[in-house]
Amino acid sequence: MKLDAHIPSGPLEQKWTNYVEHVKLLSPANKRKHTVIIVGTGLAGASAAATMAELGYNVKSFCYQDSARRAHSIAAQGGINATKNYQNDGDSVWRLFYDTIKGGDFRGREANTYRLAELSSNIIDQCVAQGVPFAREYSGYLRNRSFGGALVSRTFYARGATGQQLLLGAYSALSRQVAAGKIELHPRTDMQDLVVVDGKARGIIVRNMLTGELEAYAADAVILATGGYVNVYYLSTNAMGSNATAAWRAYRRGAGFANPCYMQIHPTCIPHTGDYQSKLTLMSESLRNDGRIWVPRKKHDTRDPNSIPESERYYYLEEKYPAYGNMVPRDVASRNAKYMCDEGYGVGPTGRGVYLDLRDAIKRLGKDVIVERYGNLFDMYERITGENAYETPMRIYPAPHYSMGGLWVDYELMSTIPGLFVLGEANFSDHGANRLGASALMQGLADGYFIIPNTIGQYLAGIKSGDVTTDADEFKEAEDAVQKRLDKIMAVKGTKTVDTFHRELGKIMWDKVGMSRNEAGLKDAIKQIQELRAEFWDNVRVPGDQHNINQELEKAGRVADFLELGELIARDALARDESAGGHFREEHQTEGGEALRDDEHFQHVAVWEFTGEDSEPVRHIEPLEFERVTPTQRSYK
Amino acid sequence: MKLTLHIWRQKSPDDKGGFKTYHVDNLNRDMSFLEMLDVLNQQLIEKGEEPVAFENDCREGICGMCGMMINGLAHGGMKGSTTCQLPLRYFKDGAELTIEPWRSKAFPVLKDLIVDRSAFDRIIQAGGYISVNTGNAPDANSTLISRDTAELAMDYAECIGCGACVAACPNGAAMLFMSAKIAHFSLLPQGQVEADRRVKSMVQQMQQEAFGACTNYAECEVACPKEISISAIARMNHDYLKAFWPGKVVGGGKHVA
Ligand SMILES: Cc1cc2nc3c(=O)[nH]c(=O)nc-3n(C[C@H](O)[C@H](O)[C@H](O)COP(=O)(O)OP(=O)(O)OC[C@H]3O[C@@H](n4cnc5c(N)ncnc54)[C@H](O)[C@@H]3O)c2cc1C
Ligand code: FES
Repeated sequence: MKLDAHIPSGPLEQKWTNYVEHVKLLSPANKRKHTVIIVGTGLAGASAAATMAELGYNVKSFCYQDSARRAHSIAAQGGINATKNYQNDGDSVWRLFYDTIKGGDFRGREANTYRLAELSSNIIDQCVAQGVPFAREYSGYLRNRSFGGALVSRTFYARGATGQQLLLGAYSALSRQVAAGKIELHPRTDMQDLVVVDGKARGIIVRNMLTGELEAYAADAVILATGGYVNVYYLSTNAMGSNATAAWRAYRRGAGFANPCYMQIHPTCIPHTGDYQSKLTLMSESLRNDGRIWVPRKKHDTRDPNSIPESERYYYLEEKYPAYGNMVPRDVASRNAKYMCDEGYGVGPTGRGVYLDLRDAIKRLGKDVIVERYGNLFDMYERITGENAYETPMRIYPAPHYSMGGLWVDYELMSTIPGLFVLGEANFSDHGANRLGASALMQGLADGYFIIPNTIGQYLAGIKSGDVTTDADEFKEAEDAVQKRLDKIMAVKGTKTVDTFHRELGKIMWDKVGMSRNEAGLKDAIKQIQELRAEFWDNVRVPGDQHNINQELEKAGRVADFLELGELIARDALARDESAGGHFREEHQTEGGEALRDDEHFQHVAVWEFTGEDSEPVRHIEPLEFERVTPTQRSYK
Repeated sequence: MKLTLHIWRQKSPDDKGGFKTYHVDNLNRDMSFLEMLDVLNQQLIEKGEEPVAFENDCREGICGMCGMMINGLAHGGMKGSTTCQLPLRYFKDGAELTIEPWRSKAFPVLKDLIVDRSAFDRIIQAGGYISVNTGNAPDANSTLISRDTAELAMDYAECIGCGACVAACPNGAAMLFMSAKIAHFSLLPQGQVEADRRVKSMVQQMQQEAFGACTNYAECEVACPKEISISAIARMNHDYLKAFWPGKVVGGGKHVA
């Protein structure tokens, strides 16, 4: 596997400008001849589809929901970063770049991250022009707030529904191109395989989720914008259908999978309550702007939080990290919450929870202001827990939230398979080992609106459009393989439900490949996952038939892939014998319990190559070279 | 806690369908309504039966995917809540619940509780956008928008497209859904340029779909999980009339008499 990141030469600040100035262009007439498949209609997929259609390309757009507007991006709450420096608080492209590289514990690629920061301002302009109703000051100017890992206010938001508003903006742009005949929509389709012809990505096989028919689509390039895979933990903040299948099938066809072990466990989620639970609900990080995190100073203290006097409250983040306080990055906040609970300071019925308290902010600003800023989050909290968080502090605990790893891409967002591009959370490129809040929306939209429309031409210029159709043997071979796999799942007729397998996998992952990992646990996890996978193929029960809506069959395919991916995550975590960001190996920590990197041996991206069903995957590396920043031990004190 | 459920089962679009009764017990008051259906489905699968098909994704009340009639009320009737956010503690122990898909000619049933809402997408495709190509935008602060206007636009923009408004309407009208989008844009300066064209073509598309007409029952407002006000409909009607006002400049600079 050849890993050339194709980073343009020249100084960091000039790379993207130089690239755009020198990239090959296609004439409008030639653009019209090319067809591109885009799987996913989240921020990354919808923005790419709309922009490429505007440029003249023919786009085929796919998603598994009934409408493009429902992609998981819709659920993002808190906000999106941009370096506008409207607050005059010293922000700049450099600062956002540096915060992001540092937040990612110096395991991201400099050039990609710098470009992301550089494009962030254009995103806000574009979204406002589309009618996104961002929060404003009385003067009519845009408002900002802060997110973790930053000392400036650069986050733009629309109440607690920023993802929804950004996605509806992208969806409206996409809808306009559907009306113009440039985008062909395929909702309710489940991508099952990637088709590679002569070493190039040329199409996909999907299952029509209404009829169960397999359908083949050919194109000049394939773009995956299929989101993250954190549902491998079963319980997570992601939508129920979020899955790894598209990326995983591409991996099995030859695309390198980078840094699968970098998972983000988000610090502020509603704690787990019972086995029936189907997902975990995020309480946006924006609450940390005004909320204070604490536990009682006494272990196993069961008093009503309101009766615990100030002197007996331990604001552990503020005490340990005076500079950033409650705004430390997510990995740091999560590990500290876990530590407090492990030590017996946890609160709530299970003892796995810490308080997120807005009492002081309500006193300082008045309840009205808090209602305006976070009203929908308080409502959501009350519906789930039955408690009123204006009167008693919220209880929160970390939960799986975001996958920093994903398919490897170069600077042009192309994977190791020529013609296969990967955008948004599905790729690995911009967040290193830990993502900062409000930067996933930024990345998805930068990838879709501004990067891929500029980089894909370079590839398409060398492709003769339409010379591959679905008549090619490779399409037949892929379709047969998909059909065989579906038949195999249906034929098991075992006794255990798909959800049971998923829950068991999630437990292994959470216990051994979760917030803190060690060699013995990881080795154990690999073994247990292999056993569970074997049992799945021997004993799963999928009722109904294939030629109809069959939600159990859809889930079974996804869980089968998670059972393979879970093992790769554990392998990657085992091979990365250091701690970095969200990947915490107990063997490697500082005296204060912070992640301890080993730059000498691990300053690289780990990229896994599939070598076949019965052989072990191979680990390749892309060394990370830092021209402009010097990796240091992160400090938020 | 225990519940008795009468659930609409329908194999396919052309199957006649009918109610089946199920008893579920050992439920927890803190479960969400969909988690209760998960429990039922696990039991059905274990018994060798087909689980109840229903749509859902985010389970946070934002994707608009879930939605069913519970005892005749869209999303179960809890104020400002989608089905996925409805906690069981909202119901009495031992309650009997009738669960049906959205009932509307414009939303044909596909299976059990799943309906086809693609008519909504077609209404948006008809004009639910501001025509700005990527790369055209001026600096975001170059146009000021008062805070009250932005907040009001956001009230309308919060629509999740679930279809509860249509399901709750005795006429099966899509007015709240469509007007929420129109009101959102017509409040903003960016939405002005195309305002006339937008409202005309969205209304035209709505009329081509199988939605009914609005006769001001206002059931939609009560059913809306985002509590969108029917003032949106008034705004849309205003825009619609204005779009046909004599003296309007239309394409090519010609005046309409
Ligand atoms: C609760 C929550 C809150 C968040 N809040 C924030 C925030 O405030 N700020 C921030 O920056 N980030 C936030 N994030 C992260 C951010 O929302 C996501 O990382 C981002 O939206 C991902 O966008 P995407 O376009 O890459 O993928 P997604 O939005 O996940 O879209 C994936 C698309 O791929 C399609 N798809 C997937 N698999 C298949 C398949 N097999 N076949 C066909 N189609 C398929 C889906 O239908 C969907 O259209 C939040 C995440 C969560 C879970
Ligand atoms: S599942 Fe998304 S709104 Fe209910």
